[in-house]
Parts: sequence; structure tokens; C-alpha cells
Amino acid sequence: MSTNAGSRPDIQSSRLEDEDYSKNFSDIHPPLNKHEAFVEADRCYFCYDAPCTVACPTSIDIPMFIRQIAADNPKGSAKTIFEQNILGGMCARVCPTETLCEQACVREEAEGKPVKIGLLQRFATDHLLEDGDKVFTRAALTGKRVAVVGAGPAGLSCAHRLAMHGHDVVVYDAREKAGGLNEYGIAAYKSVNDFAQKEVEFLLSIGGITIENGNRLGETISLADLRQNFDAVFLGMGLAGINALRAEGEDLDGVVDAVSYIADLRQAKDLSKISVGRKVVVIGGGMTAIDAAVQTKLLGAEEVTILYRRGKEQMNASEYEQELAQTNGVTIRHWIKPNKLIGENGKVVAIECEYTESKNGSLSGTGETLTLNADMVFKAIGQNFVAAPLNGSAEAIELDSGRIKVDENRRTSLGDVWAGGDCIAGGEDLTVAAVEDGKVAAEAINDVLSA
Amino acid sequence: MADISCNFLGIKSPNPYWLASAPPTDKEYNVVRAFEAGWGGVVWKTLGEGDPVVNVNGPRYGAIHGPDRRLLGLNNIELITDRSLETNLEEITRVKKNWPDRALIVSLMVPCEEQSWIDILKRVEETGCDGVELNFGCPHGMSERGMGAAVGQVPEYVEMVTRWCKTHSDLPVIVKLTPNISDIRQSARAAHRGGADAVSLINTINSIVSVDLDAMAPNPTVDGKGTHGGYCGPAVKPIALSMVSEIARDPETHGLPISGIGGVTTWKDAAEFMALGSGSVQVCTAAMTYGFKIIEELNAGLSNWMDEQGYDKLDDFVGRAVPNVTDWQYLNLNYIAKAKIDQDACIKCGRCHIACEDTSHQAITSMVDGVRKFEVIDDECVGCNLCVSVCPVEGCITMEQMTEGSDPRTNKPIDHDYANWTTHPNNPSAVKAAE
Ligand SMILES: Cc1cc2nc3c(=O)[nH]c(=O)nc-3n(C[C@H](O)[C@H](O)[C@H](O)COP(=O)(O)OP(=O)(O)OC[C@H]3O[C@@H](n4cnc5c(N)ncnc54)[C@H](O)[C@@H]3O)c2cc1C
Ligand SMILES: Cc1cc2nc3c(=O)[nH]c(=O)nc-3n(C[C@H](O)[C@H](O)[C@H](O)COP(=O)(O)O)c2cc1C
Ligand code: SF4
Ligand code: SF4
Ligand code: SF4
Repeated sequence: MSTNAGSRPDIQSSRLEDEDYSKNFSDIHPPLNKHEAFVEADRCYFCYDAPCTVACPTSIDIPMFIRQIAADNPKGSAKTIFEQNILGGMCARVCPTETLCEQACVREEAEGKPVKIGLLQRFATDHLLEDGDKVFTRAALTGKRVAVVGAGPAGLSCAHRLAMHGHDVVVYDAREKAGGLNEYGIAAYKSVNDFAQKEVEFLLSIGGITIENGNRLGETISLADLRQNFDAVFLGMGLAGINALRAEGEDLDGVVDAVSYIADLRQAKDLSKISVGRKVVVIGGGMTAIDAAVQTKLLGAEEVTILYRRGKEQMNASEYEQELAQTNGVTIRHWIKPNKLIGENGKVVAIECEYTESKNGSLSGTGETLTLNADMVFKAIGQNFVAAPLNGSAEAIELDSGRIKVDENRRTSLGDVWAGGDCIAGGEDLTVAAVEDGKVAAEAINDVLSA
Repeated sequence: MADISCNFLGIKSPNPYWLASAPPTDKEYNVVRAFEAGWGGVVWKTLGEGDPVVNVNGPRYGAIHGPDRRLLGLNNIELITDRSLETNLEEITRVKKNWPDRALIVSLMVPCEEQSWIDILKRVEETGCDGVELNFGCPHGMSERGMGAAVGQVPEYVEMVTRWCKTHSDLPVIVKLTPNISDIRQSARAAHRGGADAVSLINTINSIVSVDLDAMAPNPTVDGKGTHGGYCGPAVKPIALSMVSEIARDPETHGLPISGIGGVTTWKDAAEFMALGSGSVQVCTAAMTYGFKIIEELNAGLSNWMDEQGYDKLDDFVGRAVPNVTDWQYLNLNYIAKAKIDQDACIKCGRCHIACEDTSHQAITSMVDGVRKFEVIDDECVGCNLCVSVCPVEGCITMEQMTEGSDPRTNKPIDHDYANWTTHPNNPSAVKAAE
């Protein structure tokens, strides 16, 4: 028994001065001012069949919107963006542009400095959202009704496009607020000033969309009922399940699911109320791991270490995201996996790990172990789709690798049910991909409903 | 090191760069700063007679910008000097005395009456200046009063006033021409007939630089109204170069010294003016944009290039490009060139493709074997140079002469003989070759 057991584990709130919280959680990429936007817009070559547009999952006409900024028409620019991606404002903040549009930009090839497409997109969309102009109107009402499950990027995008085509939409969401992970998941410094809710408000201003919060499929509503009462159904439920560590001690206090911790952080009115360990270990290699690590560090954790069982190249988080973590003082350790969590009095105090190696593509432990002290351990090894709410009420939807199987129009095995976003198989688990799914599905639904 | 000193009409300056008559040369203070910075000479801001003119008290300038607000064209509605003649003459005298190795020309504009010119010339001569420049170019304000471009646009007046000046003064006379005419040769010939020692050109071009769409008035807007101004800066260089070349190759004015003006911004611009026959160059907008320090780059660039080319002195290349300026009808129609894209330099922006595809000859691919690739299709390429002009990567597309085989576009064998339009069979007035 250690003598100072009372101070271990060290988990506290209010580790920082008040002003440090607002400083640490301010906009990670401050917006461009008008001058900066003009300078940057002038760098775009207005490429033919632009590679950036090809790389954008929602196919935003990037050269056109940048030209519109340069021509002093930010409103027109925003419209160009929103026509393809109604969540263009959030995407401008959260897209890993370094692996999407900006990677494809010819100026990346020319001089290693792509046009700052993300920041320009934000400049244009912010302009329109601030102005509050209405740019979308609804087509003649069709009298058709569509149910959307999940008010995340996929569901919202689908709802907006359907409303535009004149259909009425009811969106059901289990949570209190709309926005999905935009509201509950994205790192706080990527979406400041309650942007997710402002964007939802903007999106709803088209009319014809009702959001029913606090309605969970499988509880207050069933798929069978929705299919009966609506002309079509879209499922954009995201991933409700958390992958388990399958390591001893997973149930100890202080072993936390990164996604729900981030959700609490995002909902906190006062960040100083969020408790954080002095020594933090994050297990995982994706965006969630990075976000959990960086945000706990910014909350005042003294030592934050990410453990990933493979190498740098295999990490799902882009190189840019990894660097972001490192410049924020996070240590990333590769080729290490957790073996067991060590507790005292039911609380985690350390983690025992094992070095790993990859032999002929398969991963195994080397037998060599190390133990790291930890006051908090975050699980960020991925989420999974929970299919239960879909089932029971009627025919089952076909799944593929544990997620909903869809065709290229995002239609499921049930003819009147479409799906998109993280909950479908083969997706990329990106906000922008979810927006595209919603849009594609809405177009397909519209085709069927207006046939 | 090459000798860049300049001798124009016997007026010597350590380099061929003079500041053109404009705000940079309006006061002793500015001119001394310019000389300290290293400028070869100045043409003092235009002097007039009687009470000084007044300028507007609102904005005088408007501009067009390229990327990153790089100033490409400047427009102004300023008049000639608004300071008293006495003050100007006193300062000119002092500056010339203190800076004997620099060229100091005085620009003049007085009403079209002989006595006015006699009077001002007498006073200017007393300053010890090196020569006078007759401002027949100012396109705004002064022209409404029968001066500036109002004189420059009438060859008879140009000739008459030039002759007065030559008759009543021994100073070298440079006649500054307005570009706001249809044939610059008429003005130059008139100056020549009047006895001008040289011409300088161009003065500014009539322009409305932009319209304020809120005020619904031209820029610069003075209390809700605007007027046309004079345009200068990099955007006018091509017009100025063409006019200079016209005068240089006109048999009537060939050999008449020229001081080239219009958009000179770097040493290269200056060298181009000189290659087309300018013995000196004058600069205004570039100095007004970047300050006097640019003279260092202008000097160093010119001398460096001359060293590389083996030119010892300015005269070695002044006018060298003049014989190569010709009429369209004498261009060799048997010269065949094709665009060629350097695939390593290409960044695949596709601008060449869409320019050629939409607006020209459909001679550049966008895909080859299913991959994004931009390649010239020799069967279609007419060698027009549009793709070169729009490519953002310098040197990425080049025009290559075909010297062997036949042109895949026309299937005609390459003809090594020179042949032009005057003898072309499609020309109804072709000179028939003797049979
Ligand atoms: C921590 C974290 C950080 C991320 N950072 C980024 C980033 O920086 N950039 C990026 O592009 N992507 C990021 N992602 C991924 C991105 O957030 C998702 O890909 C995207 O939100 C998926 O959208 P969606 O609409 O499919 O699902 P979600 O956003 O998950 O929305 C699903 C919605 O469905 C609701 N719901 C779920 N089950 C039910 C039910 N049974 N009944 C009713 N409603 C239900 C939920 O309440 C939720 O509102 C991040 C993800 C996480 C977890
Ligand atoms: C503000 C301004 C005032 C000018 N005033 C005169 C003038 O008084 N007399 C004159 O001969 N030219 C005047 N000019 C014309 C310049 O001398 C010069 O011919 C013209 O600007 C073209 O050269 P640039 O392209 O280097 O500016 C003026 C130009 C400017 C911009
Ligand atoms: S690839 Fe880059 S330069 Fe080309 S259109 Fe897109 S942003 Fe502009
Ligand atoms: S030179 Fe003209 S015709 Fe030839 S490829 Fe270029 S643009 Fe097309
Ligand atoms: S314009 Fe130049 S850089 Fe762009 S595709 Fe054509 S050759 Fe390549």
C-alpha cells in the first residue's frame, strides 16, 4: 500500500485559471479576414476539372466559390458551397483538408502550399450565416412525407435536400439537441461559439423540417411504424456502440469512454467543471484519440500519452492531426498495446502494456512489458454500429460487416429505407462523407417519390 | 562591368533612368531624395504661367490591381504643378547646382501663344537646366483649357509650338507626345518638322479606371462626380512600346532620339524600351508605388544583363530590336511551331486544355489512357501560343519550331523558304511570281 494513497489517483477539475480555458479552447484556425481571404483567393488557378473538387466527397465547385470570393461576391460563393454541401460551414472547420481537397490542390504539387480551401470555405459560409440571408427556397410542395432518424450530418443533409424538393420531413433524434457529433463529438476548438446549433438553425430556415428530439428508434418509435406512416425513411444514426478494450480492469473507475467524455466536454457550460487526470493515457489511433488527448491536455493534464498498437503510418489520424497533438504536448507512442489496467480501491492508477510487432502483416506482442502510471485512461479504439433498434419490429435490414448495407444510391435492402453516414458499411467516418450520403439518398428518394 | 551611363542629346546622366514629370519631381525635397537614391535624372513637374493651377481637394487617383493588390494600372486627375513658378524655378536652380552630374529637364505647358512660350523659356534658361520637355500630353483638365493633349492631338500645333521653342531658346527641346491619337507617327513627324531634338512618350491614356457602383460615378469620385483621367503603370507598357517602335521605324522620324515612358517597372522593361530605340527611359508609377529605392534594382539588373550579353555601353543595344519590327504581311508563313508541354514541370491545372478546348483549336488533351494528362495534339495545334499565355508555370509550355518532315495538321511538308502574305495564293492582291 502506498503511503500517499489519498492523492492517487489525481483527478481534478479547475486545473487552470479561468482565462486559460477560453484561450486553450478558442478557434484552432482563426478565420481569415477579408484581406487575407482576397490574398488567398487570388492564389487559386481556377483549374479545369479541378482536382480539389474531385477530391471533395461532396464535389463542391471549389474554383467557382473561390473565384466568387475574389470577385467580392461572398454570398454567391457561400451559395455555391451550400448547393453541394449544406453543412459546408462545419466541414470548413472539421474536414481533414490535408487528406482531401488541399492534398489534391495543384499548388500542393507546384510548391507544397495548397490554396487554403478550408479557410476560404469558412470565410464564405460564415459571411452568409452572419448575414442571415435566405438562399434556398422550397419547390412546390409534394405532399410526401419522409422520416429521418438521426439529426447528425447525414440526417440533416438528407432532410434539407428533401425539404428543398418540396417534401415534408420529420427528423427523430435520441438526444436533446440536433447536430449529432457536430454538437457532441467534434473537438471544442474546431467549432467554437455554439456553431453547430447556429448551423442547424440556418439549415432549418428553409422550412418543412420538424425535429423531434428525445425520440429513440427502438424505444419511442419503431422502424415498422415509420415505414407505415411515411413515404420513405432515411437512417442516419451514426455509431452508438463503443469498442471494448477486452483488457482486465476495464471496469475500473477512471477508465473512460473517450466519445462520451468529449460529449460532456462539449456540453459543459463551464470547462473548469470538467475533471481531468494529472496523468492521462489514451488508447487508440484515430481522430477520437487525438481529440481526447489534446483536449485533456488543454484542460490541464500534466502528462498525456497516446498508445497505439501499430506504427505512425497506420494511424487513422492524419499526419497533420498527429503533429497537432504533438505540438500541444501530447506524447504519441507507437507499437504498444494495453494488457491490463491496474487499480487501487477500484480506481485505475496504472496501465500495463506490451510492446508489439508486425510479422507478415499480423500483429503480436513481443512479451516485453512496461507499466505507465495513469490517473485516467481513455478508450478511443473505435465505435460500432448498434443494430438492435432497427430490428424486432419488422423485416430485418441487411448488414455488411456490422453496418447497414446500401447500394450506390444509399438504399438499403428495404425498398423504402435509405441510410447514410457512419452507420453504413464502407463509409469513411467523416462529417463530409455523411453529408454526401444524406444528399445522395435525398436525391434518390426524391426520384422515387416523384416518379 | 558594363557602362550604363547615358548621353541623351548631349545631356549626361549616370544611368538612363529619369523620373518622369509627375509628383515625384514636383519639389526639391522629392528630387533630392531621388538623386540621393541614385536616379539618373528628372523631368521636373510641368510648369505653367500665371497663377498656379489648383488641384481637386478630394481623391486624385484610381487603380486597377492584379492578384494580391499588385498595382497594375494607375489613373490620375492631377494637373500640372500647383506651386508658384518662382518657387519652382528657385528650387530647380539650386538642385541643378548641387547635382551637376544628373540630368534635369524642365517640363513646360503654357497657352498656345508665342509670347507665353518666349516668356517662360527665358526664365527657365536662367536655372541652368539641361533642356525642356513640352507637355503636349496631359489628357485631363489642362486639355479643357486648350493645352496639353489639346495641342498634342493637332499635329499643326505640335509643329508650331516646337518651332517657337527652337527659335527662342538654345536648350534641347524634347516633345512629349500624347497617346490619345490614332496614329502616333503624325505627332512625331510634326515634332520633327518643328525641329524637336527628341520626342518622349507616352503621356497618360484617357481612362475611367472603374465605376463606383454604389455612387454610380467614375472613380476617383469627387463629391459624387468623376471625370476621365490619365492612365499609366505596367498596364500601359505594351501600348507605349508599340508607339515607340512605330516612331523608331518610320522612315520620316527614324533616328530621332526617343525617351521611352510608360509602365517601366523593372530593368527588363527599360531594356525593352531601349531595344526599340529609346535612348533614355522615364519612370513615374513604379516610383510612386514602391518609392525611389527601386533604382538599385533597375541599375543592377540592367548592368548585369549587359555583362551577360557582352554589351559594354547602352548604345550597343539601343535600337537593336527595331529592324525586327515589321508588318504582319511580311511574317514568314512557312514558319511552323507547335506547343510542347514539359510533363515534369506541369502541375495539371488544366488551364491550357480548357483555353484551347473552349476557345481555340481543341489541341490539348485532358485525359490520356484514363489519367489526367495534358498533352498537345500536334495534328490540331496551330501554334498560337494561347496555352503558353495562360499556363501558370513559367517555361512549362514552350513553342517548338518544326524543322523536319511535314506539319501533321496540314500534312504539308515543312518548307524552309521564307514566304509571306504578299505572295500567298489566297491573297487576291498577291504579287504573282514571274512565270
Ligand atoms: C470524437 C470525434 C471527433 C471527430 N472529429 C472529426 C473531424 O474532425 N472531422 C471529421 O470529418 N469527422 C470527425 N469525426 C467523425 C464525424 O463526426 C462523423 O463521421 C459524423 O458525425 C457522422 O455523421 P452521422 O450523421 O452519420 O452520425 P452522427 O453525427 O453520429 O449522428 C447520429 C445521430 O443519430 C442519433 N441517434 C443514434 N441512434 C439513434 C436512435 N436509435 N434513435 C434516434 N436517434 C439516434 C444520435 O443522437 C445522433 O444525433 C469525429 C468523430 C468523433 C467521434
Ligand atoms: C499623378 C500624375 C501626374 C502627372 N503629371 C504629369 C505632368 O505634370 N506632366 C507630364 O508631362 N506628365 C505627367 N504625368 C505623366 C507621367 O509623366 C508619365 O508620362 C506617365 O505616368 C507614364 O509613365 P509611368 O507608366 O511610368 O507612370 C503624370 C502622371 C501621374 C501619375
Ligand atoms: S486545385 Fe487548387 S488551384 Fe486548382 S482550382 Fe482547386 S484550389 Fe484552385
Ligand atoms: S498553341 Fe494554340 S492551338 Fe496549339 S495547343 Fe496551344 S492553345 Fe492550342
Ligand atoms: S496550363 Fe501548364 S501547368 Fe496547367 S496543365 Fe497546362 S501545361 Fe500543365
